[in-house]
Amino acid sequence: MSGGLGNLIKTLQIDTRLLGMIGAFIAISLVFHVATGGTFLTPRNLFTLTLQTASVAVMATGMVFVIVTRNIDLSIGSLLGIIGMLMGVIQVQILPDFVGFGHPSIWIITVLIGLVLGAVIGGFQGWLIGYLTIPSFIVTLGGLLIWRGGAWWVSKGTTISPLDPNFVMLGGASGTIGVTASWGLAIVGSILTVLFLISTRRKHISHGFAVKPLWAEYALGAILVGAICGITAIMNAYLVPTRILERRFAAEGLEMPEGYTEAYGFPISVLIVLFVTIAMTIVAKKTRFGRYVFAMGGNPDAAELSGINTRMLTVKVFALMGALTAIAAVIASARLGSAGSSLGELDELRVIAAAVIGGTALAGGVGTIYGAILGALIMQALVSGMGMVGVDSPLQNMIVGGVLILAVWIDIIYRRKTGDA
Amino acid sequence: MSTPLLEMRNISIHFGGIKAVDDVSIDVMPGEVVGLLGHNGAGKSTLIKILSGAYKKDAGEIFVDGKKVEINSPIDARAHNIETIYQTLALSDNLDAASNLFLGREITTKFGLVDDTAMEAESRKIMARLNPNFKRFSEPVRSLSGGQRQSVAIARAVYFNARILIMDEPTAALGVHETAMVADLIKELKAQGLGIFLISHDTREMMELCDRVSVMKNGQLIGTERVEDVTEDDILSMIIMGKNPKKAA
Repeated sequence: MSGGLGNLIKTLQIDTRLLGMIGAFIAISLVFHVATGGTFLTPRNLFTLTLQTASVAVMATGMVFVIVTRNIDLSIGSLLGIIGMLMGVIQVQILPDFVGFGHPSIWIITVLIGLVLGAVIGGFQGWLIGYLTIPSFIVTLGGLLIWRGGAWWVSKGTTISPLDPNFVMLGGASGTIGVTASWGLAIVGSILTVLFLISTRRKHISHGFAVKPLWAEYALGAILVGAICGITAIMNAYLVPTRILERRFAAEGLEMPEGYTEAYGFPISVLIVLFVTIAMTIVAKKTRFGRYVFAMGGNPDAAELSGINTRMLTVKVFALMGALTAIAAVIASARLGSAGSSLGELDELRVIAAAVIGGTALAGGVGTIYGAILGALIMQALVSGMGMVGVDSPLQNMIVGGVLILAVWIDIIYRRKTGDA
Repeated sequence: MSTPLLEMRNISIHFGGIKAVDDVSIDVMPGEVVGLLGHNGAGKSTLIKILSGAYKKDAGEIFVDGKKVEINSPIDARAHNIETIYQTLALSDNLDAASNLFLGREITTKFGLVDDTAMEAESRKIMARLNPNFKRFSEPVRSLSGGQRQSVAIARAVYFNARILIMDEPTAALGVHETAMVADLIKELKAQGLGIFLISHDTREMMELCDRVSVMKNGQLIGTERVEDVTEDDILSMIIMGKNPKKAA
């Protein structure tokens, strides 16, 4: 990086890879914005894009841990399918008989059962990998076939719908929190971000470490708060279509006031992604578990000699992947309002691609949560954009495949240049 | 004679049909450096890995301060203040110095989260003592030189109040200057009363640093001698011939 800009980035201590990915996302968006005649970068499309990305993004955060520990999980698409299907059966065919149709406990029980199922199945696969030392590629390739077959078996190939109305809200398509709550969240998020920056700086000073110049802290804070508010503004700019509002007023026997508008705000599924991202980042950076995941990825023998139980760690990593897959299953089936036996098909490849585009090295030891999220967003932007431009789906697949290879090649060059791996 | 700081008595281990260590006894006194010599495959590293908890012995006993202890895992070994610096350094290349130094024993905040700032501060303190030139605390250790990596590995062993230090070829990957630095450090730790087991192929280095040397061949202990009682040639013949010239004489 040359001169002033390079120094600026260095002073702000911003990851250049992160900048590169944001740049790629903006470039892709601009190209499609022009190609679609100005419909790509609209609040409505960006809203839809985040909805479509949500389930892959949630799984991609778990895949970072899996790949960092030098493993792979090919089973998650099928796992998503069978968990989605089982949750469908539970909320539609079983629970209403006990608590009554539409009872608010239905979605809670359903989600909890899904989470437990995901963690148990994932943990079992992790046990086969960690303790029986069967390669993860094989275990999860088997899982891919087994769980997909199982999903079909549960429903005999039928699609379960409609799902519980409360459950469907979690998909985001019909569950948004509105303008006021969205701004409230943005304000809380901004305050927490600023407090975090301040406390980090204080801590560094108290230990006598070098700190960034004060203007750099202000700049970083402004960028972060700006990003939070910008995203919120976009979500709040997507207005609910007038006829839906009219119908809602009509249902309550009221007349809609002249000029009344209402915006969607954050979809619940996107909030789930935000929560998962923050939680997984804390796990990766600030917990012993996360530290051991990266230590094992960097040098499994060193981890073992440091007293880390790498077998149990493998079980935990896959259990976590399973639980996140269950969350993704909730989002995916709730968004569609139904659970079909092809739910989640090929998702494993999208998720792996998202993690890898996001800078997770298949050799292990390297990867970031935010990278995986951005990777998922870039992939989805490509696919949606091509769909909007009218690219045939076979050609879409070919282009996505090419981009994946290109992204990894660029990453290799980047690492070589920065001496990062 | 006082009680040894550490004693391994009649240790045996076999892998399949091969006796990698066969009825070997060694000990170390406080403030003493005991060298382990022998060809590749003589069983030195295996013996040491039993002590550090990486392998489980099939027979024999281990005593710390004359008390019998069980060492079944690296955690057990650490609990008895036995620290090991491995030939392969055993660092996670993708983590920084502080993360490696505290790996498995992280400092945590009151919320149970890893406290990186505190760990880096502690790392800076110990490094200021061991290797004052070390400044690259925020980089992954893969980008460090052999000597810098070695100081991280040594710092890790020393930081947690090691009483018994095992060093498996600590200078194998180092340059002349860095080797001298490690030698100085060994002398300093010895002066502090640590008991040190040193494995090396460099007989001359061993004669200089060690108080006693134990020679192994084919899993068996050939003999243990005070360095002032033997010549370098005596030791070489023990390594190569598997015979103790002093006993034969």
